[in-house]
Amino acid sequence: MDKIVVENLFKIFGPQPSKAMEMIKKGHDKESIHEKTGMTVGVNDASFTVQAGEIFVIMGLSGSGKSTIVRMLNRLIEPTTGRVLVDGKNVTDMKPDELVDFRLHTMSMVFQSFALMPHMTVLENAAFGLELANVDKAKRKERALLALEQVGLESWANSYPNELSGGMQQRVGLARGLAVDPDVLLMDEAFSALDPLIRTEMQDELIKLQEKHKRTIVFISHDLDEALRIGDRIAIMEGGRIVQVGTPEEILQNPADDYVRAFFRGVDPTNVISAGDIVRDTYPTVIITKTGSLRAAHELLSSSDRDYAYVIDAQRRFLGVVSSEGIQQALEKGAKDSPLSQAFIKDAHSVQLDDSMQDILPEVASRYFPVPVVNEENVYKGVVSKNRFLRTLHRTEQDRAEESEELEARQEA
Amino acid sequence: MFEEGVIPLDIWVSQSVDWLVNNHRDVFQAIKWPIEQTLNGLDSGLNAVHPIIIIAVVAVVAWRFSGIGLAIFSVVSMVFIGLLGMWVDTMTTLAMVLSSVLFCCLAGIPLGILAARSDRFDKILRPILDAMQTTPAFVYLVPIVMLFSVGNVAGVLATIVFAMPPITRLTNLGIRQVHPELVEAAQAFGATEWQVLVRVQVPLALPTILAGLNQTIMMALSMVVIAALIGAGGLGSPVILGLNTLDIGLAVVGGLGIVLIAMVLDRITQSMAQKK
Repeated sequence: MDKIVVENLFKIFGPQPSKAMEMIKKGHDKESIHEKTGMTVGVNDASFTVQAGEIFVIMGLSGSGKSTIVRMLNRLIEPTTGRVLVDGKNVTDMKPDELVDFRLHTMSMVFQSFALMPHMTVLENAAFGLELANVDKAKRKERALLALEQVGLESWANSYPNELSGGMQQRVGLARGLAVDPDVLLMDEAFSALDPLIRTEMQDELIKLQEKHKRTIVFISHDLDEALRIGDRIAIMEGGRIVQVGTPEEILQNPADDYVRAFFRGVDPTNVISAGDIVRDTYPTVIITKTGSLRAAHELLSSSDRDYAYVIDAQRRFLGVVSSEGIQQALEKGAKDSPLSQAFIKDAHSVQLDDSMQDILPEVASRYFPVPVVNEENVYKGVVSKNRFLRTLHRTEQDRAEESEELEARQEA
Repeated sequence: MFEEGVIPLDIWVSQSVDWLVNNHRDVFQAIKWPIEQTLNGLDSGLNAVHPIIIIAVVAVVAWRFSGIGLAIFSVVSMVFIGLLGMWVDTMTTLAMVLSSVLFCCLAGIPLGILAARSDRFDKILRPILDAMQTTPAFVYLVPIVMLFSVGNVAGVLATIVFAMPPITRLTNLGIRQVHPELVEAAQAFGATEWQVLVRVQVPLALPTILAGLNQTIMMALSMVVIAALIGAGGLGSPVILGLNTLDIGLAVVGGLGIVLIAMVLDRITQSMAQKK
């Protein structure tokens, strides 16, 4: 479900935004507009959708417009043109009182600098959004304490922010965001000011929280590792434009341009790409109802010109792997009608769809047959061959285009 | 080169003050009324209460905000003032200072808030505040007397003109110094402009505003002698009287009273600002 829809969003910083808009329409770029008018194009024609319940990471270097975009979602910054729809409601059209209501109940925010109120206790800070929403005092305290509990800070409720470490302060910031129980949580470089260790800890915590309550989170980051760790999908920004939107695997495997490619240089693709991303259903499958016959399998293999076949049941659950050689031997022994399971290759393990390439590497490397891939219900999805594995590595490193690969795969099939 | 044409500004000003006095006296009487009520109330109140009680209250306030040292200093100073025979004058001065500071806050803090919110208003206000602080008091003493007649109220008005700028300036500064991320955070959580002001900006600017209050009190005290020139009572009048009759002793006694009360008020308000 589309939770947030952003359509053709622009932000011009300067005295005459309409003039700059005209120049954009005429095809001038950011630099020439700045040179001629002194105005800055903060966000240039951004369109994307955020699905309900996903963590959507907007990534880019400083000055790429990512913080501007996130502030236009709740209109801390007014868009120059374009629309932001949340649950189908047009945020850009809201009157001041509607906007206040929207901010009170639908969208909350976590800031890079924590932005805690130094004159309020941790509890008062966590309850800040509720207080603004006129929640009564007892209820406010209860909900704020609950939020503090979620981030493990309930025992610090009566301290002041300056008595807390950076990581703890940001937990309070997170609790403040969670206390109002928003549909959408905006996180503007929320973990960037923290030490690397604490940052990783907070990322894990966010993922854990997300498992319990599926919230829609828009997360701004300049840190690729962070984006890959927590993002369900990533949007990459450069110079006010969104250059690519996709899952980490999609972007890693098929970067839109040199900028994105440069971003991903140095990332170990085997940590990001999973078996599910490179699985191909290019080998014959033998479906057996009860026992299956050697003869049928033999015929299938000889007609398909493959050395291996994958045996599944009627529900497509993976049972085992057979080789033409193995079947030949079994047939030669004369057991024509003996069950197919006799010819199964011993120790043929399957791997899971979401195992990373790193995880499946030992299995792929040590087997002479392509490794079968299954989902959580053991349903067969296809195989990963050595060839395919190596080619994926080669491509992500050498920036080989996806097309030729697809073509080859089709030819193979 | 200017022998021929001189702008007759002096004549214009005199004429317009005359015109105001003749035609709009009621307006100035209306302005005068709340100040007069506050001042008279405070003056008679402070003089009606037994000195012991006032000394005790000041001592407790000093002790609460600072400590036992300031409390002792305050008690010693005030007892000394009493022993100099200046108690009644000191209470009158205190009443004048408190009422002028009250009106400085009532007008000055909102003006400071407005100036913090609008650069344009700040630009307009700044030269006015400069003029209020630097125009010699003697320039506006006469028009004030013409419009409000002599006495304590005229003295308080002259004091307000001189003492208001610091609290306005420091309120402006304090609110501008509130970290913009905090304002943004409050807005992101749905705070209205009023809530941002009352829940975030003013509380965080309070130490700076209190520093402005301290400055305003000090400047109000420095006007005591000048106000006495237009018939205001209190510690200023022995100084003026001493000056006119060359009674050095009397002038010193009055001056000492002003210095002591200034030190007590200064230390107490400073510790208030630090406490916040």
